[in-house]
Amino acid sequence: MTKLLVIAEHDGEVLNPSTARTLACARALEPEALDVAVFASEGEDIAAAAARLQGVSRVLLINHPANQHPLACVLAPQVVSLAAGYSHIFAPGTTFGRDFLPRVAALLGVPQITDIMTVRDPFTFDRPIYAGNAVTTVKAPEGKVVATVRPASFKPVEEMPQAAPVEAMHLDVQIPEHTRFEKLHSEKGDRPDLQSARIVVSGGRGVGGKEDFERIFRLADRLGAAVGASRAAVDAGVVPNELQVGQTGKIIAPEVYIAFGISGAIQHLAGIKDAGTIVAVNTDPDAPIFEVADLGLVADWKEVVEAMEKAVDEA
Amino acid sequence: MKILVAIKRVVDYNVRIQIKPDGSGVMLEGVKMSINPFDEIALEEAIRLKEKGLAESITVVTVAGKQAEEQLRQALAMGADHALRVDTDQDLQPINIARVLEAIVKREAPDLILMGKQAIDDDCSQTPQMLAGLLDWPQATFVSKLELADGWVRVSREVDAGLEELSVRLPAIISADLRLNEPRYVKLPDIMKARRKPIDILTLDDLSVAMAPQLEIVKTEPPPPRKPGRKLASIEELITELKQMGVLS
Ligand SMILES: Cc1cc2nc3c(=O)[nH]c(=O)nc-3n(C[C@H](O)[C@H](O)[C@H](O)COP(=O)(O)OP(=O)(O)OC[C@H]3O[C@@H](n4cnc5c(N)ncnc54)[C@H](O)[C@@H]3O)c2cc1C
Ligand SMILES: Nc1ncnc2c1ncn2[C@@H]1O[C@H](COP(=O)(O)O)[C@@H](O)[C@H]1O
Repeated sequence: MTKLLVIAEHDGEVLNPSTARTLACARALEPEALDVAVFASEGEDIAAAAARLQGVSRVLLINHPANQHPLACVLAPQVVSLAAGYSHIFAPGTTFGRDFLPRVAALLGVPQITDIMTVRDPFTFDRPIYAGNAVTTVKAPEGKVVATVRPASFKPVEEMPQAAPVEAMHLDVQIPEHTRFEKLHSEKGDRPDLQSARIVVSGGRGVGGKEDFERIFRLADRLGAAVGASRAAVDAGVVPNELQVGQTGKIIAPEVYIAFGISGAIQHLAGIKDAGTIVAVNTDPDAPIFEVADLGLVADWKEVVEAMEKAVDEA
Repeated sequence: MKILVAIKRVVDYNVRIQIKPDGSGVMLEGVKMSINPFDEIALEEAIRLKEKGLAESITVVTVAGKQAEEQLRQALAMGADHALRVDTDQDLQPINIARVLEAIVKREAPDLILMGKQAIDDDCSQTPQMLAGLLDWPQATFVSKLELADGWVRVSREVDAGLEELSVRLPAIISADLRLNEPRYVKLPDIMKARRKPIDILTLDDLSVAMAPQLEIVKTEPPPPRKPGRKLASIEELITELKQMGVLS
């Protein structure tokens, strides 16, 4: 019996699209039951949204003040207390899932699979290693399968007119006091989310400083695109860390990825392998980014941005 | 305060890896190996805490075969005081590395454990969280800033939504992100001196660790190739393409 539990990701108000992507992976196992757990302080709306996602059999809502912010040491014992009825426990392979799920696996005494890209059968999966430069097929041993799902590898499931039942639950677990949430700094604003945007405009060291990068932001706003960046731009303090794309940043799969002044280090490319079309603009004809770009142009990024803005104005 | 830093020997991040044609794994023969870059950052942070007078001693530990002593020497040259190698030639996965480290923690009784946020070979990003679970300690992953005060550590973590601040009570486990610091270069005299520092070796039997079942590695292959791309001749050509894709409408 394949009975799956997916742990929902949300920001306290809305469900993160990574949840619908994780459900798409879960459905590929053709499970007999597919439950979603929502840990929140007041998660009614989030649970209702999760209940409308395709394939969900039941939503478990665990409201508790300690669940207001996702803390691994608080979530893990709660997930473990739910684990008995399930053969598989999945979470999105975002910083949310990566933080708490290994802790769950350790408490259950089983290995964890990081970043499922493909489901071969309910115990066998493909996952990337070496920054996506190799793909390895792994088979889980007997016992519970605990895994994070690489969101960029799965299209989100649809919303359905019919909602699955929501069950409020109370779990009897000890909440540790050794960890305190202090605050979250987020510079997101109104721009589309990097991990679900259709178009991403991205800049690297070649773009220059903060003022130069403002032009990337301006172009993105005109295109309705999200903004991404290389590690070099983040390290230089030009953009905040949440814009970093790559092996150790965000793995994204937009329809169009436009890279300005990014050389194409393997660690960066790891984040864009699933993009529909990669466009690269770089002054160096030998930049490695051209090896993966679908459309490459040797040019100064400023001239291209100018021409794009002009084209939008004329459209 | 005693700090434990866990390091892994991995293929250097500049190497373009080759996959064995029979699908049995990645070619490691004759390839440059290094300390996992995130672990080097974890170690640098430990050394800075010691330099500030906030820590008395730093022990580095690795769970690996004899070759990894090269990386332990490097860690000693950087500034670690003691090195420990738990000897094994098995390919242990994070769940079992965490169990071995749990046994080490029981022996060494550190107040703070610094680790990398992920090993750049397996890209698992599991071991620190697993160890924290086994010990029932607080964890702070993907950390880009930390401050110690009154038995607590205040950290900034790089999360998808931005920067999250947490306070964790000691003893605690922290996994380092790239921006935490920039590791120092090791000077030649330090490398010479490190040659004389002893490396303690323990076996899995010494630690009597019960191993958990592991994932079976069925095969390793290159990623699906992308279709070959094109170089465009002019900005105008690019604009035309972008219009066709619906980017400029
Ligand atoms: C463990 C580890 C993990 C890492 N993880 C990541 C990660 O997740 N993401 C990531 O991005 N990096 C990561 N890095 C860093 C990575 O190795 C590279 O250093 C980084 O991606 C380089 O960024 P860049 O391309 O912006 O800068 P550079 O490599 O300096 O490239 C700048 C490019 O801009 C071009 N250029 C200059 N002027 C212009 C102009 N006027 N117009 C157009 N082009 C111009 C240049 O020709 C050059 O190709 C990681 C590194 C390590 C060690
Ligand atoms: N064999 C090992 N020996 C010591 N530490 C390790 C070992 N493997 C992993 N680690 C530590 O755990 C971190 C995360 O590794 P991983 O979970 O494999 O991504 C690394 O950055 C190291 O700090």
